[in-house]
Amino acid sequence: MAERTDKGIFYTAAKLMAVCVAMFAFVFVVMVPLYNVLCDVLGINGKTGGRYEVTENIIDTSRTVKVQFVANFNEQMPWEFKPNTTVVKVHPGEATNITYFARNTQPRDMVAQAIPSVVPSRAAEYFHKTECFCFNRQPLVAGGEADLGLQFIVDPDLPKDIHTITLSYTIFDVTEMAQPQSDSVAAR
Amino acid sequence: MGAHGPAKGLTRWLFTTNHKDIGTMYLWFSFAMFLLGGSFAMIIRAELFQPGLQIVEPEFFNQMTTMHGLVMVFGAIMPAFVGLANWMIPLMIGAPDMALPRMNNWSFWILPPAFALLASTLFMEGGGPNFGWTFYAPLSTTYAPPSVTYFIFGVHIMGLSSIMGAINIIATIVNMRAPGMTYMKMPLFVWTWLITAFLLVAVMPVLAGAVTMMLMDIHFGTSFFSAAGGGDPVLFQHVFWFFGHPEVYIIILPGFGVVSQIIPTFSRKPLFGYDSMVYATASIAFLSFIVWAHHMYTVGMPIAGELFFMYATMLIAVPTAAKVFNWITTMFKGSLTFETPMLFSIAFVFLFTVGGFSGLMLAIAPADFQYHDTYFVVAHFHYTMVAGAIFSMSAAVYYWLPKWTGKMYNETMGKTHFWVSFVGFNLTFFPQHFVGLAGMPRRIPDYNLMFADFNMMSSIGAFIYGASQLLFLFNVVRTITHGEKIDDPKVWDGAHGLEWTVPTPAPYHTFTTPPDVKEVEAHG
Ligand code: HEM
Ligand SMILES: [Cu+2]
Repeated sequence: MAERTDKGIFYTAAKLMAVCVAMFAFVFVVMVPLYNVLCDVLGINGKTGGRYEVTENIIDTSRTVKVQFVANFNEQMPWEFKPNTTVVKVHPGEATNITYFARNTQPRDMVAQAIPSVVPSRAAEYFHKTECFCFNRQPLVAGGEADLGLQFIVDPDLPKDIHTITLSYTIFDVTEMAQPQSDSVAAR
Repeated sequence: MGAHGPAKGLTRWLFTTNHKDIGTMYLWFSFAMFLLGGSFAMIIRAELFQPGLQIVEPEFFNQMTTMHGLVMVFGAIMPAFVGLANWMIPLMIGAPDMALPRMNNWSFWILPPAFALLASTLFMEGGGPNFGWTFYAPLSTTYAPPSVTYFIFGVHIMGLSSIMGAINIIATIVNMRAPGMTYMKMPLFVWTWLITAFLLVAVMPVLAGAVTMMLMDIHFGTSFFSAAGGGDPVLFQHVFWFFGHPEVYIIILPGFGVVSQIIPTFSRKPLFGYDSMVYATASIAFLSFIVWAHHMYTVGMPIAGELFFMYATMLIAVPTAAKVFNWITTMFKGSLTFETPMLFSIAFVFLFTVGGFSGLMLAIAPADFQYHDTYFVVAHFHYTMVAGAIFSMSAAVYYWLPKWTGKMYNETMGKTHFWVSFVGFNLTFFPQHFVGLAGMPRRIPDYNLMFADFNMMSSIGAFIYGASQLLFLFNVVRTITHGEKIDDPKVWDGAHGLEWTVPTPAPYHTFTTPPDVKEVEAHG
């Protein structure tokens, strides 16, 4: 009997340890990527997708959607940062350009990263950015200023009951994180 | 293998691989943590005795709520049940010891250093963890005190300990049952622990993953939880609660097992619906994996998500209600007597059900927008964890203490402990339902004047409950030193199960030859 159980114990324990290792890996290789994919695809949390490639050019002139722009600051981000245009009215399908204004108020060179978010979050998957300053980190020399460009298209499939979309950018100080100019961060 | 006794001196405890020794150490360790976590609670309730800031700084108050939760969940409740498992599972299935005795020694002995490390953070620069026992990022990353690294290390170690303990328990139950002890003859305490151990193996690594990601965000420049680098703080909450909700069942399932042993004994009737108890426990465990986001209704989930998690959560009430039904039906028309373990068990059934009802209220997504992060949640989880886990643990100690020590505890003192605990507990936590519904937020050192009366009641109740635990300690110590000797193997006349067939007190080595399991000796 001792023989049989000793072997059994060894196999049981080995299998369970394998489960533990698998569950630890599960967090990193399944949960994290799955969460990011789901948020992107479903627009959860108002996350917007990456750069959008225009495929067809239908402009729905029968509808007008109001798009509002907002700027937020993360904790001690000392820059001046605001939209140059706070509201535009657009037809779904039409490409529109607006700019944000940024000024580094500090006596040192800094790098910022803007993170977009869309409200209502249901609209996020219908809000496409073809050009966005948020695709890259934004370095500004001490006291420097810049107009930051954004080109977007509201998808003609936007649900009919949505009349207003608010796009917010939160700007973060990433000077410490910024390696010598990597231009494609995982910003979305 | 001769029936030799334990080694002498301190090394007996340091090197022991005996399941009874290790069980005893777990139980004493958890009681020490219970007192430590309890003293943190006393500080919290003293500060909240009156509105305004009187006794501690708000920063320190935050450390107290955090450490209270961490120490109670990971230091008191979990090790207490692991200790109980060590003592009782081999005795209940007719095994000579745990399957992996050397690992057993390790899984206990890494715990005290882990908690010493955690406690020492209170004296470090910037103080100890202050971000709540749920340690949400970015509070626990970007804004954390420097000591957070030690906290992470501590969580890693205690997670390792729990995993090793769980593997050991499963290996024991699967491989070491006496001939004839089939799965469906196992006592329910063994069943609930088997399922609990599977939950532990599945989710403790997830907790380890969560703290590892924190560590990487803090020290290695990753951005799992930082929006600036493309991460997301909400991700933290998903990972944490994917661990966290199964964790609350890890805490309560062994308690379910304990009362399922005790109620039949003092009702002098077999447990009603044994099979359904097993299936209910298994379904609760399964469902616990798909309800985690009921802790996150307010993060801005899509409506479909809110609905899914709401209905899934409410579904858990069904198997839970089946268990409550079975306990009550076991008592129905039984010849009941009300010794201390039975009193605690009946109170468990009653008060845990109250906690289940408030859980159902919280499960309603639109209602939870109001209840979330208020004292209503605090009331809910103390009804489930104190009246659930701790009451069942107290019941277990009174029930098996005579078997462990060969001496009878003082029944009057035991009953006094029960009634004082019962009154103190309800006085503490029942009013918290009201202040919670009226909007008092949790984890805040000061509050609106209108909550003053209920908070004073809560604090008085907490002091009463706390004091009654000292009586408990005294009773246990007095039993060991001066208790009335007993030698009846059965101790309780209505008891069933293999643990009551070995002599009292249980000898150092039991079942070195496997027992003959008769139908009647199994779960009864
Ligand atoms: C019928 C069963 C239960 C239901 C429906 C339920 C439901 C819930 C819900 C919806 C919440 C979130 C409330 C909020 O934060 O707004 C919650 C919180 C909580 N529940 Fe339960 N629960 C149940 C049983 C239990 C059990 C058995 C335990 C533990 C033994 C438990 C421990 C907790 C804890 C610790 C929290 C608070 C976590 C925190 O935010 O610190 N619950 N419960
Ligand atoms: Cu939960």
